[in-house]
Amino acid sequence: MTLDTVKHAEQTPEAGQPWADLGLKPDEYERIREILGRRPTGAELAMYSVMWSEHCSYKSSKVHLKQFGEKVPENDAMLVGIGENAGVVDVGQGYAVTFKVESHNHPSYIEPYQGAATGVGGIVRDILAMGARPVAVVDPLRFGAADHPDTKRVLPGVVAGIGGYGNCLGLPNIGGEVVFDPCYQGNPLVNAGCIGVMKHEDIHLAKASGTGNKVILYGARTGGDGIGGVSVLASETFESTGPAKRPAVQVGDPFQEKLLIECTLEIFREKLVAGIQDLGGAGLSCATSELASAGSGGMRVDLDTVPLRDSSLSPEEILMSESQERMCAVVEPDKVDRFMEICEKWDVIATVIGEVTEGERLEIFWHGEQIVDVPPRTVAHEGPVYHRPYERPSWQDALQADDANKLARPADATELKEQILKLVASPNQASKAWITDQYDRFVQGNTILAQPEDAGMVRVDEESNLGVAMATDGNGRYAKLDPYAGAQLALAESYRNVAASGAKPLAISNCLNFGSPEDPDVMWQFAEATRGLADGCLQLGTPVTGGNVSLYNQTGETAIHPTPVVAVLGVIDDVTRRTPIAFKEEGQLLYLLGETRAEFGGSAWSQVVHDHLGGLPPKVDLERERLLAEILISASRDGMIDAAHDLSDGGLVQAVVESCLRGNTGARLVVPDGLDAFTFLLSESAGRAVVSVPRSEELRFTDMCGARGLPVTRIGVVDGTAVEVQGQFTLSLDELRAAHAETIPGLFA
Amino acid sequence: MTARIGVVTFPGTLDDRDTQRAVRVAGAEAVPLWHRDKDLKQVDAVVLPGGFSYGDYLRAGAISRFSPVMESVIEQAKAGMPVLGICNGFQVLTETHLLPGAMLRNNHLHFICRDQKLRVETNSTAWTADYEAGQEISIPLKNIDGRYVADERTLDLLEAEGRVAFRYLDVNPNGSLRDIAGITNEAGNVVGLMPHPEHAVEPLVGTGRTDGLGFFTSILKNLVGAR
Repeated sequence: MTLDTVKHAEQTPEAGQPWADLGLKPDEYERIREILGRRPTGAELAMYSVMWSEHCSYKSSKVHLKQFGEKVPENDAMLVGIGENAGVVDVGQGYAVTFKVESHNHPSYIEPYQGAATGVGGIVRDILAMGARPVAVVDPLRFGAADHPDTKRVLPGVVAGIGGYGNCLGLPNIGGEVVFDPCYQGNPLVNAGCIGVMKHEDIHLAKASGTGNKVILYGARTGGDGIGGVSVLASETFESTGPAKRPAVQVGDPFQEKLLIECTLEIFREKLVAGIQDLGGAGLSCATSELASAGSGGMRVDLDTVPLRDSSLSPEEILMSESQERMCAVVEPDKVDRFMEICEKWDVIATVIGEVTEGERLEIFWHGEQIVDVPPRTVAHEGPVYHRPYERPSWQDALQADDANKLARPADATELKEQILKLVASPNQASKAWITDQYDRFVQGNTILAQPEDAGMVRVDEESNLGVAMATDGNGRYAKLDPYAGAQLALAESYRNVAASGAKPLAISNCLNFGSPEDPDVMWQFAEATRGLADGCLQLGTPVTGGNVSLYNQTGETAIHPTPVVAVLGVIDDVTRRTPIAFKEEGQLLYLLGETRAEFGGSAWSQVVHDHLGGLPPKVDLERERLLAEILISASRDGMIDAAHDLSDGGLVQAVVESCLRGNTGARLVVPDGLDAFTFLLSESAGRAVVSVPRSEELRFTDMCGARGLPVTRIGVVDGTAVEVQGQFTLSLDELRAAHAETIPGLFA
Repeated sequence: MTARIGVVTFPGTLDDRDTQRAVRVAGAEAVPLWHRDKDLKQVDAVVLPGGFSYGDYLRAGAISRFSPVMESVIEQAKAGMPVLGICNGFQVLTETHLLPGAMLRNNHLHFICRDQKLRVETNSTAWTADYEAGQEISIPLKNIDGRYVADERTLDLLEAEGRVAFRYLDVNPNGSLRDIAGITNEAGNVVGLMPHPEHAVEPLVGTGRTDGLGFFTSILKNLVGAR
């Protein structure tokens, strides 16, 4: 076996290399040769190929994502922006919060349990690497049709994986979504979000500086998992004959990650690191090149010192391995001993694998022979950038012309009642308790709100009762009809959910799930959605702190619905003022905030009753969203409302049913003047919420809405043991509870 | 001077900080204990909190029982020191044989997190004196290995001696025999249960109830009264 050293590469310029099998394009390979002034070694080729992949380099999306950095609203809260492991915002009282959402879509389809589990692990390490203690996780999930046999394979595995990993870490799972649609059949979306809290002075960045500082790899040993494509390199370069294919999906060990969290937090407390980076996608290739390129000097790494689970791994495989539960720290020499002591205390393996050097090269050695000599920026940040062609799809006009208002409406009150019962029991609207009850929502003892509330909320400070809230939303059906509006509706819904819980929205993260960027239709959807989101964030004053893009979510020629998932983070000064969704107090008045129009395009009703997707999504009015949010927050702070629920898919009736079931009370509703019962109950007009107002606060509340110009309509009262729409129908709570609760266990238990 | 209550942290323990908070809320002093350290730091009582100690590898609690700190806990428990095992802590107590029986995987095979109703069957233990016998409480339950089992003779003995300390009400969430949620030893100083009283000590968080606080006020009174 010959080692492909830098010297060897210089001597054998014409040696054939499997760049195409590693996913590189001819011009990309040429560019690597140009950068290096020679052919890359096998190890260098491995690093470039994985770091220049779509997943790591954002090469197709970059030109559009730029807007998030350009259209930045005035916002004093932003402490660390896009580009670091996760963004950081100021939440007051000296606290900073970091949060991010990422995707683990493809691995979760192949191996649902491990794919979802390591998705949680990865996002938690991102948050940890910023210097924060992770305090909560959320999981926005999308699956194929609920009754499809493969969904029975994927969903239980994903849910068990999220639970199996997250529960072992001691992180409360406080929110997320579960959505079913046939478009996700071969491409489930498994997104994972995490929130972390720290003091301002504890923020850590991923950079290697200070010549002579040690580079320490700590955590799990490196194994052959998650290597995927690079095995072709091993077999072709090293003439090996055996079956070298290794598992493409990483395997997680949450126990190791829990130790890594506690160990790292103790290391932070003693201020022992100059820079830190978690190992995720692209493993050591990513960590070393990113740390080195963000720092002031170069870096030397002795790759043979990396502790291995499998001693037969080649240097290329070690560089590419995506073994979980590993971190890389840059530590001043006089702090290394203490660093090692803390790792020993937590039974975490730690190894000095290199050091920061003068100069500007990343140099990697294997038993003394140099196998990598590259400018790190060219690996980490100067990858290819594509301006992919995009064009409004030829079918878009026809789709939008297929107006949902033309669909047959229920003929009478009996049919309306039947359709509503069917809607409440449909997989997308039904209770997800069977799923979320498999996640620990109580651990850490700070959970104020968790699913099925509008937003998850955790207490940050026990003395002052400062808290943070987070909601994630995204409606692929809306985005399919109009990606620009769909992205803004995702933002608006998430923003509204946070405000409905009583918290003030501060900033967002996103996870942009789309089909193939090589399809101009998909690329148009992506361009429109990013433009919509950037414009929306500018208008609402909520900057994008970071996020993630997942492309190629398609089966054959068929892409998923464009699915931008938006996570909004909010802050609440006093968590005792939080607003739950439950209607609890009989006699309280129900008010509908906002305007209701006949908007059914992309609605749950059009899907459940007519299996229809067409027309336009609900109209977006972000100024109205902002006003609604301000009213919800003020009313919560001043004790004017006892419950609030945002209106989204399924419309008013879905929200009222959920709030009644949550509080175990009934409601009597009256159809307001100027609206028909069907539109009143099932329209999905945006910018609306329903609130429960104590009688003593009625005047103060309606005066406030009136003075601020927010339409407010009294629609009923909390009362009895049924949801009654006067003159239309009555549905008992028992009947509604059965419809709502039994669907998901019936399908998956 | 108030009571000093030790809270053990094993690698993989999750609810140690919550338990320390619950001890403080009740008015006692929480003393962190480390699994590698035999020294119990002169605490008056010990709580083994929930989590996945040693990743629950091999079997929940099976490795923790051999840790240095447990040597001292076992010795002191036999001498009468109050010990409470919550969830994983209960599993550790059965592995040490301070309490009889064992926990198997839930009969539905899933992790379950819910607000669980219980009946406190006895208030003659160090950890339940502040409850009425027969009192119904609701506290969070969250586990995957929570199905309590023991042979018939042991179960009969537990019943006969009034050592079934807590029983599940309304729903048996995991298939535990005779709806047993928690038990005590003969002397009443060692108590173990699967649900989590430490998550129900503040009206604001979790389920919004404080039904679990009684565990910690019970032990405080027991210890301070004994001085």
